[in-house]
Amino acid sequence: MVDHDYVIKSNFDQHPLWSVERPFLHHLDIELTERCNNACVHCYINLPENDSEALSRELTTEMWKDILRQAAELGVLTVRFTGGEPLLRQDFTELYTFTRRLGIKVILFTNARLITADLADLFSRIPPLETIEVSVYGMHPETYDAVACSPGAYEEFHRGVNRLQDRKIPFIVKGVLLPHNQQDTAEFETWAATLPSMDSVPGYSMFFDLRGRRDSDARNRLIRRLRVDPQSGVAMITRDRAKYLKEMHQFCTRFMGPVGDRLFECGAGLAGCVDAYGRYQPCVLLRDSQLSYDLHAGSLRDALENFFPGIRQRTATNPDYLERCASCFLHGLCEQCPGKSWSEHGTLDTPVEYLCEVAHVQAVDLGLLHPGEKAWEVPDWQDRLKQMSFNLEE
Amino acid sequence: MEALLDAVYMPSVDVVAREIEGQFIIVPLAAGIGDMEDELYSLNESGLVIWNCLDGKSSLKEISSKLAEEFDAAGSVIEQDVVGLVSELLKRKMVIEIKSS
Repeated sequence: MVDHDYVIKSNFDQHPLWSVERPFLHHLDIELTERCNNACVHCYINLPENDSEALSRELTTEMWKDILRQAAELGVLTVRFTGGEPLLRQDFTELYTFTRRLGIKVILFTNARLITADLADLFSRIPPLETIEVSVYGMHPETYDAVACSPGAYEEFHRGVNRLQDRKIPFIVKGVLLPHNQQDTAEFETWAATLPSMDSVPGYSMFFDLRGRRDSDARNRLIRRLRVDPQSGVAMITRDRAKYLKEMHQFCTRFMGPVGDRLFECGAGLAGCVDAYGRYQPCVLLRDSQLSYDLHAGSLRDALENFFPGIRQRTATNPDYLERCASCFLHGLCEQCPGKSWSEHGTLDTPVEYLCEVAHVQAVDLGLLHPGEKAWEVPDWQDRLKQMSFNLEE
Repeated sequence: MEALLDAVYMPSVDVVAREIEGQFIIVPLAAGIGDMEDELYSLNESGLVIWNCLDGKSSLKEISSKLAEEFDAAGSVIEQDVVGLVSELLKRKMVIEIKSS
């Protein structure tokens, strides 16, 4: 026994378990509820807080604990609790503590309205080990409440965030870009810059997804109207120009290029999301019931071993997709994916025009395309990527 | 904080020890464990053998004797390893001393 580095510490990303070979399942998204105490105008999932029908179908505490035990046995190190608003669950404290006692870290997505003093004290005593992510809908009651459609929401959010700050619990903030709150952007970013865990400008949700359950044409019409126009959206994501170009240099050379008729080049089906009712989805977006696995009748392992692999092998058949997306070198940059296609069209392989426009605006901005060019008609895309990489290195 | 040969130690309830794909990791549960909250802790082979002996009943001297016999190694070398590991774990509050009544 001659080793003297007895205790080896490493960052999560550096540990061989996750940097070299991964456990069978390393992460799990958990949507504790679709209900929310906000009723945000742009949201793709929210149901009313007091939706009794949804509540009656939600998994019980014991069912969630069983799923979490399965996840721990498969090697999961992080779980993301999301929703709706996950803190709406009466058993949130119990599920959170249970998860942490399994040795699992918790990523929490929340609007912070329900961060009570007791909950903040719990996060102090038993930290989640991952930074809490708080969505911010405005910096004043009139703007926040206009987005959240919930009078008094701002005051509760503000109190919740103050409780986190008072106890020095690490959290970051994310914005939502809407006509209702655009005038708050500068103030939001000034405030965000004061938060210890914010090491860059905040991200914004603005290329909104349509309703994930395809449950409301009226809501979808509103969401489409609220989506930022592609030019303004790209201007927003490129505003920290140096950082953006550095990220693009690393990203584009590794991840861009046509993938043919293969639909699932992403991580869908390798980790996945358990919805509020026990359906295990390949990802948080893809809610087609044919493509989700019923955990009431099976296990996470069976889904990962025997159900999701078949889904990942699916190929596109839509001629429009095959002509465009299958040959497009903006794949990777463009957010087109089976989940987004499902929300927009109810299929896995229909091009989403809005996302196509956004990707093309980005590509013109990066010098990869001339205005008016269609990326799937560019034969010398590899040379263009190399040239962009060369330009960015300079 | 140096561990003592005559003392008895056991893993703290404020950590969770997990084995994942044959790798042993220690995940902090309570605040104040470890150096930084974004770090994972794992033990090398020797460390794992010693960790498994920390039963809250045997002193480090008793553990060292047992391991010296098991590994046919010099007692002083084993004692150095055992005290070294437990000292590091104590520093990070991953083990606690069991005081005799």
